[in-house]
Amino acid sequence: MKIAVCIKRVPDSETRVKIAADGKSLDEAGVKFILNPYDEFAVEEGLRLKEKAGTGEVVVIALGPPAAQETIRTALAMGVDRGVLLQTPGLHPDGLETAKALAGELKDAAFDLVLFGKMAIDDYNHQVGPMVAELLDLPCVTTVAHLEIAGGKGTAEREIEGGVEVVEFPLPAVLTTDKGLNEPRYPALKGIMAAKKKPLDIKPTAPGPGALEILSLTLPPERQAGKIVGEGSAAVTELVRLLREEAKVL
Amino acid sequence: MAPKFQGVDFYDVDSLLSEEERAVRDTVRSWIDERVMPIIGEHYVEGRFPKQLVPQMAELGLFGANLPEEYGCAGLNNVAYGLIMQELERGDSGVRSFASVQGALVMYPIYAFGSDEQKRRWLPPMAAGAVIGCFGLTEPDYGSNPGGMITVAKETKDGWVLNGAKMWITNGSTAQAAIVWAKTGKLDDVNSIRGFIVPTDTKGFSAKDQKGKLSLRASDTSELVLQDVCLPKDALLPKSAGLKSPLMCLTQARYGIAWGAVGAAMACYDEAVSYAKNRLMFGKPIGGFQLQQARLAEMLTEITKAQLLCLQLGRLKDQGKATPQQVSLAKRNNVSIATDVARETRRLLGANGILAEYQAMRHLANLESVYTYEGTHDVHTLILGQEITGLNAFN
Repeated sequence: MKIAVCIKRVPDSETRVKIAADGKSLDEAGVKFILNPYDEFAVEEGLRLKEKAGTGEVVVIALGPPAAQETIRTALAMGVDRGVLLQTPGLHPDGLETAKALAGELKDAAFDLVLFGKMAIDDYNHQVGPMVAELLDLPCVTTVAHLEIAGGKGTAEREIEGGVEVVEFPLPAVLTTDKGLNEPRYPALKGIMAAKKKPLDIKPTAPGPGALEILSLTLPPERQAGKIVGEGSAAVTELVRLLREEAKVL
Repeated sequence: MAPKFQGVDFYDVDSLLSEEERAVRDTVRSWIDERVMPIIGEHYVEGRFPKQLVPQMAELGLFGANLPEEYGCAGLNNVAYGLIMQELERGDSGVRSFASVQGALVMYPIYAFGSDEQKRRWLPPMAAGAVIGCFGLTEPDYGSNPGGMITVAKETKDGWVLNGAKMWITNGSTAQAAIVWAKTGKLDDVNSIRGFIVPTDTKGFSAKDQKGKLSLRASDTSELVLQDVCLPKDALLPKSAGLKSPLMCLTQARYGIAWGAVGAAMACYDEAVSYAKNRLMFGKPIGGFQLQQARLAEMLTEITKAQLLCLQLGRLKDQGKATPQQVSLAKRNNVSIATDVARETRRLLGANGILAEYQAMRHLANLESVYTYEGTHDVHTLILGQEITGLNAFN
């Protein structure tokens, strides 16, 4: 099995983000960046498929600024064999341009599977995986929550509204992974040390400008502190009154 | 779920760490958040060491992480090793103690004083968590004065016979192997102290849980009794020579403790800040009152100082320049300030501060042990006093 996993460096959702002075980008100072959590499922699945097959290669590919090398090394520490960074000056907002750059890298490399997280937690676009599939003219299954690969084809389960959809597809294919697919491993300390010695190919990349422009970013309004009305059944009357008169939801 | 721990880094100490050092720290930090924090309060109250964590710790590579890869260890530098200890103790001093003993007090002496064969036999299964070790130096009547020990090893035709008792032994009842220190000569001859690897299923060896602990409750502490324990010749650590050898092990462990204490202090500070911002009294968050702000300012100051102390000590250790006295200064200072931070957090939390649901009192109770073990605070004061004046105030 030769597997490519496309990953993205994203701000840790636990860190408090600040908006830069231009009003349309993040102030990266003091922000911790991590491997996109949905991509962790993709990396883990790639590693498990390779381990099960007993042979093969797992390659991670990221498009992003030089600092994304660190994100790639996180995946290398988990056990991925090598990494490729399509290096851009900064984050690229346009999904299609990102997909074109990734598809260009994947085109001639004869991967059996290309895995993506179902979305990146910074822009929530859910689009790069399916776009790459389209550009490569490969079948695409999104939000995979269970996966079996055997005899040159795959069976994926997707959790859809009110049930599970089972999809069969031929290889090669592009899949996007959802929570529940697996439990990603921790990068073990030996893996972290080994990651330094694994190949990481840096390829300067200049995606086209694309059709998207970010006009502005704003933080959500600060949440008001909650109110404790009272305890036990005695508080019910007051709670109902407040829900009706103040919150106006009843 | 509680928010992920973000650490305390007022002076951008992160920028002084390498990418690998940060990656190691972050791995252990998430593991603590996900696997230790949800269960530790309960284990503490019930007085049980969370044994189920051992295989995971081994898989992460936490045991003897600064020892070479050829023995199945991670081969990290001392700063990365220290950061592991910091994160483990952010969870609980008992969990950090387990790793400290396994790495610094059991694997280290085998690595430093053992034969090639002993290293090959014992280190890989210890790194893998398949063999747990304990360290027997302290005795019921010889704590701060380990040179006074009365455990003896008599050489026989086939090997050695050990007799004596050891006390306050972390991992004592869990261990499959004990590093036992004993006098091979006269009782007044500290130079005759040698180390032995004792499989705990050897006839005459027994370990008994120390009952009634109000501190380090999520840790196994035992008393060891050695009654005519017969060992083969190759149980002796050939390069161990005199009291200096176990003291070298203690220097390794104390180094980790200096970092660990910072972790415990960070956990408490983090809890104090969050509580101070959210707890309302007299119509505003208690963090808005000067008395609580003074507490928090003091905590942040001391944590920042302790953090920088550890980092420089680690860099010196990596260059082979750290002295035992420098390690004493860091252990003494950091455990002391961590205990203060835990106590002040406990107080800031008011009545809630006494509950196991919060961390402060658990850390406070633990740190009283950490203050006392591996050279009490007072012993380290005298070590520094001797270093400064050249005069020995021990006796």
